[in-house]
Amino acid sequence: MTEKTVWPLFEVFIRSRQGLSHVHAGSLHAADAKMALENARDVFTRRGEGSSIWVVPSQTITASAPENKGELYDPADSKIYRHPTFYDVPDDVEFI
Amino acid sequence: MAAVAESARSMPNNNDLFETALRLGDSALILGQQLAGWNARGPTVELDIALQNQALDLVGQARLFLDFAGRIEGQGRDEDRLAYFRNADEFRNCLLVEQPNGDFAQTVLRQFFFSAYARALYAGMAAGSETDLAEIAAKAEREMAYHVRHTGEWVVRLGDGTEESHNRMEKALVALWPFVHELFMADEIDLRMISAGVLPPFDDVKADWLGSIQAVLERATLTVPEDDWMPSGGRAGRHGEGLSYIVSEMQSVARCDPEAQW
Amino acid sequence: MPAREPDCPERRAAFDAHVAAEGKVEPRDWMPAAYQKTLIRQISQHAHSEIIGMQPEGNWISRAPSLRRKVILMAKVQDEAGHGLYLYSAAETLGVSRDEMEEKLLDGTAKYSSIFNYPTLTWADVGAIGWLVDGAAIINQIPICRCSYGPYARAMMRICKEESFHQRQGFELMMALAKGTQAQHAMAQDALNRWWWPAVMMFGPPDGESVHSRQNMAWRIKRKSNDELRQKFVDMTVKQAEALGLEIPDPDLSFNSDTGHWEIGPIDWDEFWTVVKGHGPCNRQRMAHRRNAHEDGVWVREAAVAFAAKQRARTTQQAA
Repeated sequence: MTEKTVWPLFEVFIRSRQGLSHVHAGSLHAADAKMALENARDVFTRRGEGSSIWVVPSQTITASAPENKGELYDPADSKIYRHPTFYDVPDDVEFI
Repeated sequence: MAAVAESARSMPNNNDLFETALRLGDSALILGQQLAGWNARGPTVELDIALQNQALDLVGQARLFLDFAGRIEGQGRDEDRLAYFRNADEFRNCLLVEQPNGDFAQTVLRQFFFSAYARALYAGMAAGSETDLAEIAAKAEREMAYHVRHTGEWVVRLGDGTEESHNRMEKALVALWPFVHELFMADEIDLRMISAGVLPPFDDVKADWLGSIQAVLERATLTVPEDDWMPSGGRAGRHGEGLSYIVSEMQSVARCDPEAQW
Repeated sequence: MPAREPDCPERRAAFDAHVAAEGKVEPRDWMPAAYQKTLIRQISQHAHSEIIGMQPEGNWISRAPSLRRKVILMAKVQDEAGHGLYLYSAAETLGVSRDEMEEKLLDGTAKYSSIFNYPTLTWADVGAIGWLVDGAAIINQIPICRCSYGPYARAMMRICKEESFHQRQGFELMMALAKGTQAQHAMAQDALNRWWWPAVMMFGPPDGESVHSRQNMAWRIKRKSNDELRQKFVDMTVKQAEALGLEIPDPDLSFNSDTGHWEIGPIDWDEFWTVVKGHGPCNRQRMAHRRNAHEDGVWVREAAVAFAAKQRARTTQQAA
């Protein structure tokens, strides 16, 4: 297998219907972005699962490192006042 | 379409409608049958899936056209009777679709030529006077529009890819070009169908087809060959040697027992 | 692939505890090298099986005896290609490239399911494969939807959802034959005779001889033992054969009323190992077919890469 025949990897995101976000569906190989879109259509929407497709070269995705999970996400755990359930409101008060 | 005024339209006769539906159905069927031969042989698995999708569209269209033909004929023949119990010389497909798969270049070009033709034809039929056929054509047109795009991109990639791929495309072009002329030759039946407003005028179809072909071939750095040999007769049942092999393979199981249900 | 923190007993213990508590593992998480290696082997083997599996059934697409059967079979075989791709992409998240995996398949170092090394000799084999082989595959695959490795579990869920029609179409096809003419019935019985034992063997060697089982169960890569899954298949299939009016080719088959399970006669494991080692009826044919497809496609893949490079150069030139 030579460099000359290797097609890069693309990540595929599909909007299943209008009103919903694009969701990661998987990945596939294609020589260029146009081909990636066509391949994604054939590989991931054979049963009418899609109304819109995004393809992104996998190597352009920057991901957070799992070992930083603690410092990145734990601090939010203690900010419980950001959630509506943090506040006491009498049961008989409506629309709040 | 607009060329034929509503009042000047003649009513299509059933035999013409039957023949027309067979021509459309047989072309889609033979092309789908051939394309399906790429199963598990494609240059990538992604292409395997793409080619099978197109083959599925084609066989699906064939079923609709043949089912319509059977109903118009009124002799109790359904899609399977027509597909499996006619001999090769009773098939009415155009010669282009019975050309062998060859290499991937030849398959892609054959599919592109046919898809661009069928898309233009179906677009005209969708506005036509025969409502059942118009409905089938409208559905098929959307499918063919995608095939045109997909195969067109591949014609460009291969034509403008490497030296080898360019050479292979040139060879395919030389091999297939003679068979495109038949697509636009109207016989008596076609002319009556055109005047009845069931089919669009073939000159319009050809202009539309040439438009898509030339744009793609230009991007693919390929030149249209000189018109030279122009074989025809497929739609009258005069085929090349290849068709009887395709048809007998397709029919071999069904013909073991004509009364059996599968 | 991100640089992995080195292995150490504490890390290992934390990992084991995490998966034991049904925690999921995602691509960039730390994982033991052996876990990664096992998954790569299993997922790629599974992907290869889908790809090679396109051949035996694909063999009958051109001859399907009705247009309805033809489109069903085409769609089914196409799904197999799709499933191969879902699995390859799940394996790629573990840091192995699709090309490396393909290379291993083509040079014979990677395995695929032995069932595809049997020939499809009549139209009924298409039904038998859908009914028995897909039936067995679904039993194998459903537990993997809960596998600890996220991308594999997600691919598996998608596959199981799509495959639910595969077994049904096979059963329906067998039903049409079994209830059809005498010749059709005989064809169906003959297909069952040839596919029954290979399908039973699809679950792999008996639990006592299965090499990787224990660790894979602990890691939640494997969730049920080979024999457990096989028993489930037998119980399910015996009743289905009865509904078809076909006879399972096992004179020792009997119902154990104490356990509530059907018991089968001895499995010919020599045959199993012969096929695994490459001496089944179609091993060479399947591999030759795959290699040819791969080689015939080289110029196409090269052309697409060359064209993409030209396009990039043109865009850069325009921008400059």
